[in-house]
Amino acid sequence: METFYSILPELIRIVICAACGAIIVFGNALVMGYAERKLAGHIMLRPGPMEVGFHGILQLVVDGLKLMGKQLVVPAQADKPLFMIAPLLAFAPVFVPLLVLPFSEKIQGFDLDVGLLLILAFASLNVLAILIGGWGSNNKYSLFGAFRSVAQNVAYEIPMLISLLAIVFMTNTFSLRDIAAAQSPVWFVVLQPLAFLIYIVAMVAETNRAPFDLPEAESELTAGFHTEYSGMSFSLFVLGEYANMFIVCSIATVFFLGGSSGIPLPYFEYSGAIWFLAKVYALMFFLVWIRWTYPRTRFDQLMNFCWKYLIPFSLVNLLITVVMVKLI
Amino acid sequence: MIVFQYIAEALFYAFMILTFLGGFMAVRSRMLMHAVLGLAVALIGVAGLYFHLGSPFLATMQVLIYVGAVCIMIVLGVMLGNTPDQLTTKNFSGRNLLLALSACATGFFTLFITIQQTKFAPAAQMVGDMSIRFVGENLLYKYCLAFELISVILLTAIIGAIILARGGREEVAK
Repeated sequence: METFYSILPELIRIVICAACGAIIVFGNALVMGYAERKLAGHIMLRPGPMEVGFHGILQLVVDGLKLMGKQLVVPAQADKPLFMIAPLLAFAPVFVPLLVLPFSEKIQGFDLDVGLLLILAFASLNVLAILIGGWGSNNKYSLFGAFRSVAQNVAYEIPMLISLLAIVFMTNTFSLRDIAAAQSPVWFVVLQPLAFLIYIVAMVAETNRAPFDLPEAESELTAGFHTEYSGMSFSLFVLGEYANMFIVCSIATVFFLGGSSGIPLPYFEYSGAIWFLAKVYALMFFLVWIRWTYPRTRFDQLMNFCWKYLIPFSLVNLLITVVMVKLI
Repeated sequence: MIVFQYIAEALFYAFMILTFLGGFMAVRSRMLMHAVLGLAVALIGVAGLYFHLGSPFLATMQVLIYVGAVCIMIVLGVMLGNTPDQLTTKNFSGRNLLLALSACATGFFTLFITIQQTKFAPAAQMVGDMSIRFVGENLLYKYCLAFELISVILLTAIIGAIILARGGREEVAK
């Protein structure tokens, strides 16, 4: 049994990583769910949730309990196995990207040299989940929502990847920790402002949020791909969406906003993680802000914007970056 | 370290079973949508096998390209077709059965004989590092021609898709 004790630290490390991932996913959903409703309220000049706890701070806990108690309704004509698998497939892959995110120089699950690719690969599974859910519901609204989601995600993945690729050319690595460390004098948002803007737009579209929330456009499609979902299977989609927001904002932080760098705070050993989370939540606040400020785009406007503006601009940006990297 | 070897062995068999079950589902399910999802499961299993063989890069690319892009595009096409209440009729009998069996047997024995005649050298250790740098240098210097030829196939597919789409639109215009 001596061999077992020798790998015990590694096993404990894996368990701790998984537990921290779960804490981030659920904690983030609680914080963002409350913040989103409160911010939406204040943007619309109303107070938002006020009843449960001080200024409605326990509202999300109560909502969570309600959702857990609800019945899971499966439509009679639905494809039952696919209908049940889809929420799990939307929720489960979000844990993998959290393992490779560098929260500070010391706090990171695993430092892989394919970190960025791993995140992108598992983020693409979300689209598959939306497709399966939308098709499995056997509902026309769901199918339309799923359809739009795929067209949108496939299109906006291209400018997203190309804008990130410019940074990869500059740093010569896929490892998120090395990319964050490469920005010690200047953040890449200064060197790559166009790539940052393109990434921000693509990020909003990739997370299916307003003004690009066509897959769940309430005024046209009831609730889009999750029309037929109730109770926990619905909330798994929502948890997945909030976790995806966290992940794309973390990538933006690592690639453009210097990762965990910042002015050292009194609690020195944690200041990196504090700065990282502050930047991530500032970006998430931005996402919530534009969601409740701008009206929804039309679908042809959305696709035209991607194919006619974002992709050409990101390609030109990539070309200029490559030339500059070669020259300098 | 023995425990790690057991875990690796168990993962290998798990990925193999996943690949096999996915393939079985892709071939045998009566609904096209289930078949495509079976294909996705099989491809994820293959990605796991790449990971087991010590190349996280290939594994992530397999998931990113085959599951994340190819399967989603196929599913999108399939979604235009059948709904769950329209099952395809069973046509796995008579001449079809004979043809399918002979095709399968040909493929199986071709592979089987090749594998039997190959002398496998046991991999004592990993030759070179299988990092992204290594793969990239090999693809763009040593195997540059093969790499470019593969992209020609993709170009052909894109042109074919454009031609098909154009033909469809003109018919609608009439």
